[in-house]
Amino acid sequence: MARLTDANVQVAREIIGRLPRAKSALIPLLHLAQEQDGYVTNEAMAHIAELIGITDAEVYGTATFYEMFKFEPVGRYCINICTGISCHLTGAWELLDHAEHLLDVHAGSTTPDGMFTVEGVECIAACTEGPALAVNYRYRYTVTNDQLDQLVDDLRMGRLTDEIPPHGTLARVRQRTPENWANTGKLAQEAVDAR
Amino acid sequence: MTDQPTTPQHFHVPGLVPTGPQLITGRFDQADGFTYDGYVSTGGYTALRKALTAMTPQQVHDEVKTSEMQGRGGAGFPAGVKWGFLPAGVFPRYIVINGDESEPGTYKDRKLMELDPHQLIEGILIACYAVGAAQAFLYVRGEMALAQERIAQALNDAYANQLVGTNIMGTDFSVDIVLSWGAGAYIVGEETALIESLEGERGMPRLKPPYFPASKGLYMQPTIVNNVETLSNLPWIINESGQAFHDIGAASSTGMRIFAVSGHVNRTGVFEVPNGVTTFRMLFEAPEYCGGVRQGRGVKAFIPGGASAMWFFDEHLDLPLDKPTIDKAGSMLGSGAIVVMDDTTDMVAACWNLVHFFSKESCGKCTPCREGTTWLERILKRILAGEGRPDDMDLLIEVSESISPGMAWPPRQTTICPLGPSAVSPIASAIRRFRHEFEHYIEHGHAIEGVHTPPIHGVAHGAPTHV
Ligand SMILES: Cc1cc2nc3c(=O)[nH]c(=O)nc-3n(C[C@H](O)[C@H](O)[C@H](O)COP(=O)(O)O)c2cc1C
Ligand code: SF4
Ligand code: FES
Repeated sequence: MARLTDANVQVAREIIGRLPRAKSALIPLLHLAQEQDGYVTNEAMAHIAELIGITDAEVYGTATFYEMFKFEPVGRYCINICTGISCHLTGAWELLDHAEHLLDVHAGSTTPDGMFTVEGVECIAACTEGPALAVNYRYRYTVTNDQLDQLVDDLRMGRLTDEIPPHGTLARVRQRTPENWANTGKLAQEAVDAR
Repeated sequence: MTDQPTTPQHFHVPGLVPTGPQLITGRFDQADGFTYDGYVSTGGYTALRKALTAMTPQQVHDEVKTSEMQGRGGAGFPAGVKWGFLPAGVFPRYIVINGDESEPGTYKDRKLMELDPHQLIEGILIACYAVGAAQAFLYVRGEMALAQERIAQALNDAYANQLVGTNIMGTDFSVDIVLSWGAGAYIVGEETALIESLEGERGMPRLKPPYFPASKGLYMQPTIVNNVETLSNLPWIINESGQAFHDIGAASSTGMRIFAVSGHVNRTGVFEVPNGVTTFRMLFEAPEYCGGVRQGRGVKAFIPGGASAMWFFDEHLDLPLDKPTIDKAGSMLGSGAIVVMDDTTDMVAACWNLVHFFSKESCGKCTPCREGTTWLERILKRILAGEGRPDDMDLLIEVSESISPGMAWPPRQTTICPLGPSAVSPIASAIRRFRHEFEHYIEHGHAIEGVHTPPIHGVAHGAPTHV
C-alpha cells in the first residue's frame, strides 16, 4: 500500500473542500496517510502533493517538521513515556528504564516482532499524573512497573484492541461536513456584511 | 520511602482558603458531561441563546471587557482588549482556538476539551458572534486523540442541532467551526507558528511586528487567537455577567482560574481556584488542595507558571496567584502550571531537563536560539555526566546572555519569539540559587549529598542515590 485508497481520497477531498486554501489540508492529509499505513510513505506524500496541487518537496518540508509523522515503519503500538519535568520528578526515567528491559529495546527503537516502539517523549499534558505514558496516544496515569508489565501483556494478547487502535489512528470520529455546508461561509459572510 | 500523607504543622486554619463557584470545571465529575445531552441538561447553550437573541455583538464584547478576564494561554492579555484590536470593517476575519497545550507542567486544556467540549464550542460561538467571525479553527494538539474524538463528536452533534453552521438557533447568525490538529511540535503553541501550521507550513513563528495576528493573521486576514480555557469561560460570563466574573478573585486577576500542581506534593491535581487571591502556600498545603509536600519535606524550589517561567523559592510561598504580583516578583503565572520540587531534587538535573526540552523544541529559525539552546543542553549534559569543565559555569552564562541579554525578567531577547529566552529561565534560576550544586558536579563528578538524580538516558553516570 502506498497511495491513498479511493475511500481515503474521498475523505481527503472533503477535507480540502472545507478549507479556505487547499494547502491548509496538508497536515490533516498526512495524518490520513499515517492512519492508512501506520507511517507516511513517499508514495502517499506524492499523492497528497497531487491532491493539494503543491510539490512533493513542499509536502516533505512540512511533514518532517512534525514529530508525530514517521517515515519508516514503527511498532503496532508506540509506547511514549513522558520525560517532561513533572514526570522526571516522579519516576519517568526509572519507568523508561524498566520499559527498555522489559521489551529488550533501546528507547527510540522497535521490537523485532514489530509490536512495540518505546520512546521517551516531551510533556504530554498529564503532568499531575506522573509518571504518565501514552500508547498510540491513549493515556495511562501514574504508571508503576507492574502496571507497565500488565499493559504490555494486555497489548500482546490483544485485550485492548477496542480501546487502542493500531499506530496512526487518532480520533475515530471524524468531523462531518454537513449537507448545507457550502452555504455556511457565504451566509455567515452576508450576515456579517449586513451588520 | 513512605507515601503516608503528612499534615503540615505550620499551616491550616480551616476556612482560610478562599473558595468560589466552579465556572468551567463543573462537569468534570459528570459522567456524561461531554455529551450533547449531558451538556444541554445542565444549562448548556443557554448563554449562546441569550447572546444571539437578547444582545448585540457589541454588548457581548462589552461584557467580556467588563470581566477583565486575562487570557489563560500564557501571556495573560485581557481577552476583551485583544478583541478590540481587530481593524474595523476588514473581512473575513477568523477566530483560532489554541488547544496545543504542551508547555511542560501544563494540564488543563486537554481536560476541558475531553470533559466539556460543548462548553468550549459554546464559547467559540459567542466569541465569533462578538467579533463578527464567520469561520473558526479549533487547533487541538496532535497527541490528544481523545480530545480530538470528543470534539469531533461534539461538533457533529452541535451541527445536527443547528448550533453550528447556517442560521444558528434560527437566527441569521452563521458560523463554521473547523477542527484541525497538529502533529507534534511545541512551538506551534506560539500563535503565529500556529497560524503557519494551519496554513500547511512548518510551524515557525512570524516576526512581530508586522505579523500581529489581529491585523495580519491567518491567510493575512485579521485573526484572534485565544486559548481553550479563555474561551471556555465565556458561557458563564454571558449567563452571569462580566461584573459577576470581575467580582470573583482579585481586581487585578479576575474570575476563577485553573492551576495544575504537579511534582512533589502529596496530592497533585488540577484545581479551579479564585484567581489573584489564592496563595502558593494554600495550594501546596491545604487539605482541600495538595495536602503538603511529600513526606513533610521542604520546598526547594517551584515553577510558578510552566517551564518558561523563572523559579520561585520559600520566600515566594505566600504570594497570591495574581498576575501583577507575580510579574513584579520576577516570574509569571504563564499557563497555570505549578511544579513543586522538594529538598531531595537534583537541581542540575532539573535544569538540564527543562533546557533539553527547549533545545529539542527550538524551531531553528533564528541562530541564537537554535545554536544557543543546543550548546546549553550539551554543557549541562556533560556536567551531569561528570565531565564538567572548570569554565563551564562561565560558558553557561555567556551563551545564556547571547540569547537573553541580562538573563533578567521580563526577558530581553535576541530571538524572533520567546522560546529562546525560555531556555534561559531555568539556568538563571538554578545558577543563582544553587550554584554550589553545579560546582560540586564539576569538581566531584556527581551530585551533592542528599539529592536524588534520576537515571537519565544518554547521560553516562551512576550517581548514587542518597535518599
Ligand atoms: C513558545 C510558546 C508556546 C506557547 N504555547 C501555547 C499553548 O500551548 N497554548 C496556548 O494557549 N498558548 C500558548 N502560547 C501563547 C500563545 O502565543 C498566545 O498568546 C495564546 O494562545 C493567546 O491566547 P489567550 O490570549 O487566550 O491566552 C505559547 C507562546 C509561546 C511563545
Ligand atoms: S526563538 Fe527559537 S523557537 Fe522562536 S523563532 Fe527563534 S529559533 Fe524558533
Ligand atoms: S511532564 Fe509528564 S505529562 Fe507533563
